[in-house]
Amino acid sequence: MSDTSPHNFPFRHLLGIEGLSASDITEILDLSDEYVAQNRQVDKKRSILRGRTQINLFFETSTRTRTSFELAGKRLGADVINMTATASAIKKGETLIDTAATLNAMHPDALVVRHPHSGAVALLSQKMDCSVINAGDGSHEHPTQALLDALTIRRRLGRLHGLTVAICGDILHSRVARSNIMLLNIMGAHVRAIAPPTLLPGAMDRMGVEVFHDMTEGLRDVDIVMMLRLQNERMNGAYVPSTREYYHFFGLDQTKLAKAKPEALIMHPGPMNRGVEIDSELADDINRSVIREQVEMGVAVRMAVLDLLSRQVSNRPPVGPDGAAS
Amino acid sequence: MNAIAYVNARLIDPASGLDSHGALLTEGGLITDLGPGLFDAGIPEGIEVVDCAGRVLCPGLIDMRVFVGEPGAEHKETLASASVAAAAGGVTCIIVQPNTEPVIDEVALVEYIKRQARDKAVVRIHPMAAITKGLCGEKMAELGLLAEADAVAFTDADRSVADAQVMRRVLSYASAFDLLICHYPEEPALAGNGVMNAGEVAMRLGLPGIPTQAETIMVERDLRLVEMTGGRYHAACLSTAQAIEALARGKARGLRVSAAAAVHNFALNETAVGEYRTFAKTAPPLRDEADRQAVVAGLADGTIDVICSCHDPQDAESKRLPFELAATGIIGLETMLPLALELYHNGAMGLSDLLAKMTCRPAQLLGLRGGKLSPGAPADLLVFDPDKPWRIDENRFHSKAKNTPYHDRPVQGRPWRTIVDGKVVYADPDSGD
Repeated sequence: MSDTSPHNFPFRHLLGIEGLSASDITEILDLSDEYVAQNRQVDKKRSILRGRTQINLFFETSTRTRTSFELAGKRLGADVINMTATASAIKKGETLIDTAATLNAMHPDALVVRHPHSGAVALLSQKMDCSVINAGDGSHEHPTQALLDALTIRRRLGRLHGLTVAICGDILHSRVARSNIMLLNIMGAHVRAIAPPTLLPGAMDRMGVEVFHDMTEGLRDVDIVMMLRLQNERMNGAYVPSTREYYHFFGLDQTKLAKAKPEALIMHPGPMNRGVEIDSELADDINRSVIREQVEMGVAVRMAVLDLLSRQVSNRPPVGPDGAAS
Repeated sequence: MNAIAYVNARLIDPASGLDSHGALLTEGGLITDLGPGLFDAGIPEGIEVVDCAGRVLCPGLIDMRVFVGEPGAEHKETLASASVAAAAGGVTCIIVQPNTEPVIDEVALVEYIKRQARDKAVVRIHPMAAITKGLCGEKMAELGLLAEADAVAFTDADRSVADAQVMRRVLSYASAFDLLICHYPEEPALAGNGVMNAGEVAMRLGLPGIPTQAETIMVERDLRLVEMTGGRYHAACLSTAQAIEALARGKARGLRVSAAAAVHNFALNETAVGEYRTFAKTAPPLRDEADRQAVVAGLADGTIDVICSCHDPQDAESKRLPFELAATGIIGLETMLPLALELYHNGAMGLSDLLAKMTCRPAQLLGLRGGKLSPGAPADLLVFDPDKPWRIDENRFHSKAKNTPYHDRPVQGRPWRTIVDGKVVYADPDSGD
């Protein structure tokens, strides 16, 4: 099979960026471009997924990712159902495996899952006959976020290869950072990680990134500044002394940004903590900030992913992950 | 009295250094004679003869760290089922851990374990009792009374005594009775919510890690407290190069300290976790390759005295969960011998030295009568073929639990006969005789 021929995306699930090749990623981004164009038309709807059922199963609250997946499915003609499994419902006794078995019996064609624990989505995928898409698992991966970030960059700067991207903030707990680091490395970008040591994994240098603890140094001549959200519970003295101190050293403001390339773009996966990790005016600066564009790209990327994965689950008997009939 | 002659055996007694072809005689539950020349003049009438066909005959294995679900979690493992698994693994004596429900921190509960073991188990079972009441790390358990009731040593099982003052007093008080304090060394705050070794694999999987320093710091603290109190201390299982080095320094200073390593920490490294394989979730966690090699080196140079199975049965439900939520533990009674023998087959250790760590060394530390081949010692024996190749098969385990990451692993060496108190409690069904 040729890696460059169109539409040969070989996977049934999208559990992470790890395992994808540059051509797999390029294929998703190319198709996403088409969906960006479609989404800007008045008639945004296609029928590629007509008759198919997509379930969004969220074990963590999320507004934008869930809405984005919902819109993506609906624009492709799928029937989309949202399920929010709160922590209390899980505690009532149904295990993840039982949940998977129950949902599987409803014959969905795509299952979009977010879960607070790393690896939970992969575990669930082992019990499902349909495509499973990881919408964020613990501190592990959030592949569609990395793909939409890549699409945003590629559309603005025309390429990913050779760019220098700084990822700043709580990298230790961030699935967005892990997926982005892997994707950018695969695509030949240079990645820098900027954070206080308490918010960096110990083996960070093994991920193929350059580590900085000083933001003004780390931002020097970068093309892209990717800010991460700092969760409230990390700010109370356990990881950083205070919000004020964090913003002083690691918040993105005009002074620090001045070190980056003049046309450097600012990205954020949202939701933002204005005044904690990012200056409010910078976030809204339409010349620099592509944060709202990221949201638009999100829908297109998720349409592309749903489209590509659906080709692996055609109207034939379901197959197991190893290709054997299950 | 029932007399049995085990002839044509390779007798290995690590306690005395004996390693030669010969025979051994048991009468009732005791060894009465052994040696290279025994029965050279023929075997007297009325003695049952067992031809070992050149296999190794050594003391039955003693496993210092076994978790059993009785009382409280009998669905995972009972004393009876653990004993059958032990027999199948060549283990004639298991030391059960006190983190049961209820915790073994009272004399009556030690008595309960002894009674259940006597009535239902096919191998010898001795309980360790809790160091602190309820394993809470705060109030000392009745160490003296528990010892009088035959608790062989004291441990808070899978927990560390975080409070240095409590540990100091425990070591100090226990020294009056010469009791062995067997401590799981892991600084709990530093281990935090970690579920595997901290490092590249944990980072890639997005799992919280346990740094090696959590173990090192606790071992170093404990060694200082031993120095301060004169207590007798055993590190329940070491997994890191730094902690092993610290222990070696403690031994060099003349402290009465010893340590064990779990089979898992030299048979596997952290890559066994792979893509969230919960069967590879254990405590101490599987470490990186350098630490694994340090455990092998520590065993070979004698810093680590004992090999234990860390048998920790878990039901399928508690393992079939996201990694962070899954239960910790690997079963080990039936795989300890062949996995330990890997160290012999790959040249890291001599056979007798290796067996010492599962026979006479734990017996000495715990004050047990077994663990050696000598007239008057209990007839707790293992006859095994050290070279026999086979594949570990979880479907053939005798344990109630199946939580093993070793399924399908090719190994060499398996028990042919396990003998407790002079009676055969396990015979290899595949040996054809």
